[in-house]
Amino acid sequence: MKRQTRREFLKTATVGAAALSTIGFPRVSRGAGKLTLALWDHWVKPANNVVVEIINEWGKANKVEVQVDFFPTIGDKLSLTGAAEARAGAGHDVITLWQWDAVAHKEKLEPLDKIAEEVQKRHGPYTDNAKYMTFQDWKWIAIPSAIGSHTYPLETRMDLWKKHAGIDVVDIFPPDVKKRSKAKVDAWDWKMFLEGAKKVHAAGIPVGMQISNCNDSNQWLFPLFLSYGSVLMNEKDEITVESDATLQALEFCKEIVKYMPSDIYGWDDAGNNRFIISGKGSAIHNPPSAWAVAKRDNPDVAAQIWHHDMPRGPKGRFRGSLLFSWGIWKFTKNKSAAMDLLLYLSVKEQQWKLITASEGYDVPQLPSLYDHPVWNEIGPPKGGQYNYMIRGDERLIVPGWPAKPDMAQQIFSRWILPTMVGKVTSAGTAPKEAMKWAAKELEAYKRR
Amino acid sequence: MGTSQDFVETERSPQMRDWFIETARAIIRPKPLTGILMCLPLFFLIIGLIVYPFFYSIYLSMLNKRETAFVGLENLGFLLGYDTFRLVIRNSVVFTFTAVFFKASFGFILALAINALPIRGQRIWRGIALIAWVMPLSLSTLGWWWIFEPTHSALNWLLVQLGISPKPWLSDPFWARFATILVNVWFGTPFFMIMFLAALKSIPQMFYEAAAIDGATGFQRLHYITLPMLKNIIAITMLFSTITTFANFDIVRVLTRGGPRDATHLFGTYSFQLGIQGGDIPLGAAVSLFMFPILAVSAFFILRGVRRSIQ
Repeated sequence: MKRQTRREFLKTATVGAAALSTIGFPRVSRGAGKLTLALWDHWVKPANNVVVEIINEWGKANKVEVQVDFFPTIGDKLSLTGAAEARAGAGHDVITLWQWDAVAHKEKLEPLDKIAEEVQKRHGPYTDNAKYMTFQDWKWIAIPSAIGSHTYPLETRMDLWKKHAGIDVVDIFPPDVKKRSKAKVDAWDWKMFLEGAKKVHAAGIPVGMQISNCNDSNQWLFPLFLSYGSVLMNEKDEITVESDATLQALEFCKEIVKYMPSDIYGWDDAGNNRFIISGKGSAIHNPPSAWAVAKRDNPDVAAQIWHHDMPRGPKGRFRGSLLFSWGIWKFTKNKSAAMDLLLYLSVKEQQWKLITASEGYDVPQLPSLYDHPVWNEIGPPKGGQYNYMIRGDERLIVPGWPAKPDMAQQIFSRWILPTMVGKVTSAGTAPKEAMKWAAKELEAYKRR
Repeated sequence: MGTSQDFVETERSPQMRDWFIETARAIIRPKPLTGILMCLPLFFLIIGLIVYPFFYSIYLSMLNKRETAFVGLENLGFLLGYDTFRLVIRNSVVFTFTAVFFKASFGFILALAINALPIRGQRIWRGIALIAWVMPLSLSTLGWWWIFEPTHSALNWLLVQLGISPKPWLSDPFWARFATILVNVWFGTPFFMIMFLAALKSIPQMFYEAAAIDGATGFQRLHYITLPMLKNIIAITMLFSTITTFANFDIVRVLTRGGPRDATHLFGTYSFQLGIQGGDIPLGAAVSLFMFPILAVSAFFILRGVRRSIQ
């Protein structure tokens, strides 16, 4: 690396300080040298260009040479890269961590308390969900990232549900939380959803949600079970799956699958997307990626898709989510520059640009940023993604919560809930037997 | 210009030419040290890419989940008491033996059929039959996935056109197992075919001529000449295929991800799920090494049998 003279350094520092003072950016430390970043390869391609522009802008101001590599989550490429780098003790300085990766590598990640505290000082606290995933052993081991993070609302064909089920989801969940009627929202529970599902099924355009070895299965089944009060394992490592609440949720599943296609047991994460995009389905659980593809391939369908809250159960209303975060390896040499950059990326100005670039797909983990106008404006239908953010009484969770994160990772990745539900709904296993199987399975996860 | 001048100079210096020839001969003359040096790159590659990872994975499989304590064979004991892993063993055994049986059978029939063709026709059919095997498996499995896709299956469309009810190829445990085995058979049959065909070519024609004179039927020729002559190659090919089929990953990963209800998980995919997705690398390593002792012992006895039969 070329050594800087004192004159060059002063010049750089002055330009950098001037640039950063313009945007009011607080400095953690002085960065210099080189940095490499492993980022998620966004499916909204212009979003990659925007993040590179932001990073280059920072690099230029700080005289840091930054190299950005993009990794998709397809085939677990991003997770595999993280796992390989953690084990090798070499690789990128800043790594994007998918869902549980931060928990899996927590001992190899540099604590980022200063960044998290600074961001929260400026923009208010991160969501409980983000804290659950990235605040481990009283340290922030990663910084929640908007890029890639998403929630799993219901995606409903508003025209078909209104016509065949007599349920107007736009009326219940308008694109302004102040206009919601509490009575109507409270009435939106799993029983009402089941009644609607029966009617759209009779009309030949059923609802469809996976019960298979895939992420999307977890993302609707966990909120459903939690809303009945069913918890597989609690925060004290106690196995609590064998309960009346689980029995009730399983009975509900037995009923609802009668009105879904049998293909749901073989669907992958994109199976439900294809189902609604093709026009064969009337509701799925998904982030707006299905809507975005429909907008390109079947615009008439896209124009009728409304994103909104999950149904309520006896114990509340929950919504699934998938979280991305950024970490810095302990082996990273240029930690001060990496921390500078992460802070720069995590504050509102940059997060705002990233959310715009992702066309609203990226969900910030700071509720204070939920007032971004993109979710009101994007369409058609205009306002159809307003409720993609949590606006009402839903609690955002990651499947596996409230178990300790390392247990929740096992619960999530071994598909225990979809398998238990599949045993009851398609293999004819008695619910109590399936719960016993799940309890035995959970016991095995406790291996330390 | 310079080259031709050098040539002329060389022409004019026979001593020089002799010196070059002698030096070249000395260089290429067999010497133990040269041989060893030339093998070193390969040796290091094998050490780095096969021996080290193998012993490292054995070491990993003997650690606790956090990789902080040595637990010996405890992980294997843990797995054996675990219902899902016992299901994975059953899946792997059914998948491997069914697939190898059909690959060997179809490969043998194909080899006999191609061998019976005129030489010119053989080349074309040999090439066509090998296409499935030379394509990257993950890529061809993606093609199969579109054929089986639960909602828009091309195969189901065809079945419906023929008046047959559609099948839940990837949604039902039986059909999902069937689909994964079918793809493996499709991919692996050409390997058996080419091995058997090569062996068929090496059987002296006079055996068949003598049998024909003695009035042997086609079945008798197959039973008393072809099969005994192919015995060794059948054993070696089946052994090799059994090892690679047990280690299969791509087909299940692309088609079913181990589902429905873990009914298609194999050692490879289950090891990936536990080790990478579940963050328990030692347990994942233990799963992937589970079959090693059984396969190593089988390989020893099969290869010993082949060696004895040759002797």
